[in-house]
Amino acid sequence: MTTVAELHTLTGAYATHALPEVERSAFEEHLAICPSCAREVAEFSATVARLGLAETVVPAPELKQRVLAQAATVRQLAPTVEEEDRPAAVRSRRGRMLGRLALAASVLLAVTAGGLAVQQHQDAQRARSETAAVRLQSAAVSSLLTAPDARTATTSSGGGVGTVVWSQSRDQAAFVAGSLPKLAADHVYQLWYNDAGTMRAAGLLPASSGALVLTGRIDGAVGVGVTVEPSGGSAHPSGAPVMLLPFS
Amino acid sequence: MVNAIVQLAGPQRRGPDLEELVAKVAIGDQDAFGRLYDAVAGPVLGLVRRVLRDPAQSEEVTQEVMLEIWRTAARFRPDRGAAMAWVMTMAHRRAVDRVRSAQAATDREQRAAASARMPAYDEVVEQVESRIEREQVRRCLRGLTELQRESVTLAYYRGCTYREVAELLGVPLGTVKTRLRDGLIRLRDCLGVGE
Repeated sequence: MTTVAELHTLTGAYATHALPEVERSAFEEHLAICPSCAREVAEFSATVARLGLAETVVPAPELKQRVLAQAATVRQLAPTVEEEDRPAAVRSRRGRMLGRLALAASVLLAVTAGGLAVQQHQDAQRARSETAAVRLQSAAVSSLLTAPDARTATTSSGGGVGTVVWSQSRDQAAFVAGSLPKLAADHVYQLWYNDAGTMRAAGLLPASSGALVLTGRIDGAVGVGVTVEPSGGSAHPSGAPVMLLPFS
Repeated sequence: MVNAIVQLAGPQRRGPDLEELVAKVAIGDQDAFGRLYDAVAGPVLGLVRRVLRDPAQSEEVTQEVMLEIWRTAARFRPDRGAAMAWVMTMAHRRAVDRVRSAQAATDREQRAAASARMPAYDEVVEQVESRIEREQVRRCLRGLTELQRESVTLAYYRGCTYREVAELLGVPLGTVKTRLRDGLIRLRDCLGVGE
């Protein structure tokens, strides 16, 4: 016979679906009258969902066709109506921040996987070589992310998102841009290592979305800055940075 | 009554607001269902594959999960947690059910022997977003004690019951229950879930 105190400890086993059927039903009865257990189960479900997300793969396209075709033949259930309704979930500050990081990363993904939409207007040869370059950069960034001490920091500016990825052991940093504001044709985004106030040129962003492994080593720099410069870049920043990301 | 609003935090999947999409799916919007599919099918298939291993069976279960989402979208309660957690809970539940049905075991063996078919994965797409998530999860798993990590891994990624976990690790049942719980507490805090 399971005591109430023991039931409380079953939250982890329940959230990982590790309870046999009988115990599961018993615990669900307990859940209905134990708000703290229910809260813990909800948190654990969200936690293990992250373990699941880390396993993400790309399904074969045919699977989508099968699912959509089948859904059209399946009747949907009506909602279970309850008297009290609660407000929709509010996303946490951290969630938003990380959401932006994901946005930056996903923009990179979109660029990598699908090819840039603007390339539709360019000739196929050029599009191919640009996509190849982005893939190459993206592979380099991915490789940097596998460093045991790889870290990331994200900031946003003017609706765009910038993420810096760095590894002190590899003495290397990369920048992932997501939807930075479009610049006039004669301007570019330039990246800089911030050597405690002195900016050291570290490369030009090829587009307002994409990834770039920074030119040069971190070499004691305290962070990365982004400025808008005339085409071709500058030797020194010509204006205040639009983004500053510290290595911390 | 539960008043738990738990966010997944962490790198969320790209683009659309999943809660909003689920609400549209609930009223029969097939276009929204297509977009929801795009956002969750990769995570669902990845998790199911991790548990089941067999590619063909994993696709079947993923299909079942997607149809269950379509069928039960109206019963999704945003106040109980994020849509992604709802979807992943369903996916894990289904995968575990497969593991535990005796029939599945024979199916799996036969299929593994009979078929070499692998779904085509786009190597390029599996990039930064997944990497960031993966590295963070790995880092947090490393922060657990060995017993916590093995308990969580065997239960979640292999679909073992806690009795099976106890058997495999040679520890008492009560120990597995508590290691699962305190392991998940540590993971929750490390991953910043529910902050």
